[in-house]
Amino acid sequence: MKRINVNPTRMELRRLKNRLKTAIRGHKLLKDKTDETVRRFMIYIKENHRLRSELENELPQSLKSFLLASAVNGRSVVEEAVAIPSYSITLKSVTQNIMSINVPQIEIVKGTNTDLYPYSFASVSAELDFSIISLSGILNKLIKLAEIEKTCNMLADEIEKSRRRVNALEYVMIPDLTETIKYITMKLDENERANTIRLMKVKSIINDKSI
Amino acid sequence: MPNDKIAVIGDKDGVLAFKAIGVDVFDAKNYFDARETLKKLARDYSIILITEDIAETIQDTIARYKNRPYPIILSIPTSNGSNGFGMQGLSIDVEKAIGSDILFGGNNQNNRNKKIKPKDNNNT
Repeated sequence: MKRINVNPTRMELRRLKNRLKTAIRGHKLLKDKTDETVRRFMIYIKENHRLRSELENELPQSLKSFLLASAVNGRSVVEEAVAIPSYSITLKSVTQNIMSINVPQIEIVKGTNTDLYPYSFASVSAELDFSIISLSGILNKLIKLAEIEKTCNMLADEIEKSRRRVNALEYVMIPDLTETIKYITMKLDENERANTIRLMKVKSIINDKSI
Repeated sequence: MPNDKIAVIGDKDGVLAFKAIGVDVFDAKNYFDARETLKKLARDYSIILITEDIAETIQDTIARYKNRPYPIILSIPTSNGSNGFGMQGLSIDVEKAIGSDILFGGNNQNNRNKKIKPKDNNNT
């Protein structure tokens, strides 16, 4: 607790009292905001964890079967087979607002051409088909995970920030203001008492003289 | 603004499979390549996938894009499986938000259990 360096005047007191009121209100609001953000964050991070562990199981497998295909057929053949993809995917990426944080939200818009295999079946082996089928299944999950992981990142940052603010208000700002207000009130009271005593003294001197 | 497309950065052989499903593939042989490619792609792609081994080396560049909604940079496991970098990111988030990783302290707990177990055997 540290007293703010201000003049002990009535005007300053009024100003500080207003500031204290604002600080307390702000503290309450921010604390509520942090609590709610943490609650949402928990929901997202659990989903994030689930999706990521699924992905970590599935993706290496389909990538591996692709590598296998390129080993069986030769690299250049496979490279040529996938060189011009027929399947296209477009996203509709917008932002949504969670607790006044802009987080991404992605919708998947299927491309015009939904033919999955860009190559003729005669030229390559079946491993490539498996790989591509499973990958296209994973892609949706991948996009969902991207959205959720980013949301988690941003929420975590925001929580950290607002927690700092809450703590600054609670442990620095509010105690300082209370302390200063107390100091000014004491000082003003003291002045008033001094004044009263002075008046009494003056009165008694005048009385003494008149007698 | 994002162009609603997906890109993947990684070792070419490892990520070529993504090309078949309409993802743009960018080869990165080393750390400098990856960094330059990422900087270029960040301007217009909405999702950028980076393989974990590369993502680990350019963390500082990735961190730069953390506080805006797009681009989304996501680390993905390679064909050799995951090296745990992705999950580590989750733990960091949880630590940031809650103060300590109480949700997925799974690895640590397992290690702890492993350490404790031999002791129990000795006792019995």
